[in-house]
Amino acid sequence: MTLTSDPPVGKTGERPETGAGPGADELTVVAVRRPWRWAAVAATAVVLVQFGHGLVTNPGWEWDVFAQYFASEAILRAVWVTLQLTFHGTVLGFALGVVLAFMRLSASPFLRAVAFGYVWAFRSIPLIVQLLFWFNLAYLYGELSIGIPFGPGFFSFDTVGLVGAMSAAVLGLALHQAAYAAEIVRGGVLSVDGGQLEAAAALGIPRLRRLRRIVLPQAMRSILPNAANEIVSLFKGTSIVSVMAIGELFYQVQVVYGRTGRVVPLLMVATVWYVLLTTALSVVQHYVERHYAKGSTR
Amino acid sequence: MSAALTTPPAAPAVPKVELRGVRKSFGSTEVLRGVDLDVAAGEVTVVLGPSGSGKSTLLRTINHLEKVDGGSVSVDGTLVGYRRSGNKLYELREREILRRRTRIGFVFQNFHLFPHLTVLENITEAPVSALRRPRREAEEAARKLLDRVGLADKETAYPKQLSGGQQQRVAIARALALEPGLLLFDEPTSALDPELVGEVLDVIRDLADGGTTMIVVTHEIGFAREVADTVVFMDEGRIVERGTPAEVLDNPVHERTRAFLSKVL
Repeated sequence: MTLTSDPPVGKTGERPETGAGPGADELTVVAVRRPWRWAAVAATAVVLVQFGHGLVTNPGWEWDVFAQYFASEAILRAVWVTLQLTFHGTVLGFALGVVLAFMRLSASPFLRAVAFGYVWAFRSIPLIVQLLFWFNLAYLYGELSIGIPFGPGFFSFDTVGLVGAMSAAVLGLALHQAAYAAEIVRGGVLSVDGGQLEAAAALGIPRLRRLRRIVLPQAMRSILPNAANEIVSLFKGTSIVSVMAIGELFYQVQVVYGRTGRVVPLLMVATVWYVLLTTALSVVQHYVERHYAKGSTR
Repeated sequence: MSAALTTPPAAPAVPKVELRGVRKSFGSTEVLRGVDLDVAAGEVTVVLGPSGSGKSTLLRTINHLEKVDGGSVSVDGTLVGYRRSGNKLYELREREILRRRTRIGFVFQNFHLFPHLTVLENITEAPVSALRRPRREAEEAARKLLDRVGLADKETAYPKQLSGGQQQRVAIARALALEPGLLLFDEPTSALDPELVGEVLDVIRDLADGGTTMIVVTHEIGFAREVADTVVFMDEGRIVERGTPAEVLDNPVHERTRAFLSKVL
């Protein structure tokens, strides 16, 4: 018996610890067991089921009242007003935001300072305070006119007639939105590699075309997720306008439960509408983002 | 060098590119300290030099991507970026500058292809928007150019789907689409994997053989030796040495040229 020549084998018949050898193509992988994960899944599922059970069985939800009002004419009209506020706020807000963003990116210190001041002011003033200001515009300026600055006016408007409650609301939402949109657009433009502008300039491509065709499509990739966030929060933020007695969704719901006393089911009506429409927006966002992702994959 | 200007017009009377006393600073750093350079039509000039010597900046002043602080740059006898009146240089309007730039092709070290446009759209963008060519005509020309750089099958690909060498060849086709009289290459192979350098140099060599006027900033000494009519060596913002490849590369006169060549060869 020689001690030195014995190969260091373990139990007889065991395969060596490599993938090679006979039967290599029959090797299968067995995943490690994770019992705690299963415990966590079970606990979470129980909570979810309890919540669902409560939604169905608790009479306090009053689903019959919910069903009665969910698609009622007054609510649908209110949803339409909410959508209008969101649409106009977004379009005007982002249009002004793009202008402000390029002012902040301009070479002129004056334009930069003005845009900076705008963003600073409108981000600092709470939306509700601003809305009430616009609502009371007629108190400050009884009459608006178009003409020579500091000189005679050609056309005059009665402020109360021009800036009704709805326009005051749209104006407030849009001006508020513009401050945030400006920063989002600016961030997007800054995220585009400087070499892109340089290459476009070297090719003699005109300035506006450079922005529209080269810079903005690339900036859109980082603008879109943030912009979608802003639109969603504006959409929900329209509920603030209810303080101005504008018949948008949240105001209308309050009117109904003020009359009927059915608070919870009517809050549910508003909630479900907000969730549904936000979901629709997310779907749109998905497709728009996919469009602007052209060329981003190998 | 200046003697060439006073001799009677034998061959090309006016050099294609003419730099006189070009100076440029970034902040307190003086990058170009009075550069004179003449490039005759149809000639290939290769600019060599250590990094930070001002080669790229020099190239960028030629199509006004960089404004000069002093001196003048002219291409085809026209000042780049300025209009001269008496002793003053008036900066041109952007539209004028862009129009003059379309006569000069520029190829970047990092390609700078437009990632959201297909290869074909990359090439047709400038002819369509800057020269107002009809799209169909521009596409026709772009396909011919793609064929010329060996990428006829890639017109619908996006830049990210191509290798570095292929991207740079598309970038060259994009520059050629404006039918420029002058091509500027800023280290066209420095961002490429070694095995891809050859395919790009082949394309540039073909263009040189075709008689295109070019200025090439590069570190490829072998390419300089083979293709260049003139080699220029720059150091610390000045042109230190200038001559045929044989003169500058094999018998450099200047100490700094020798030191540089001993490091790269």
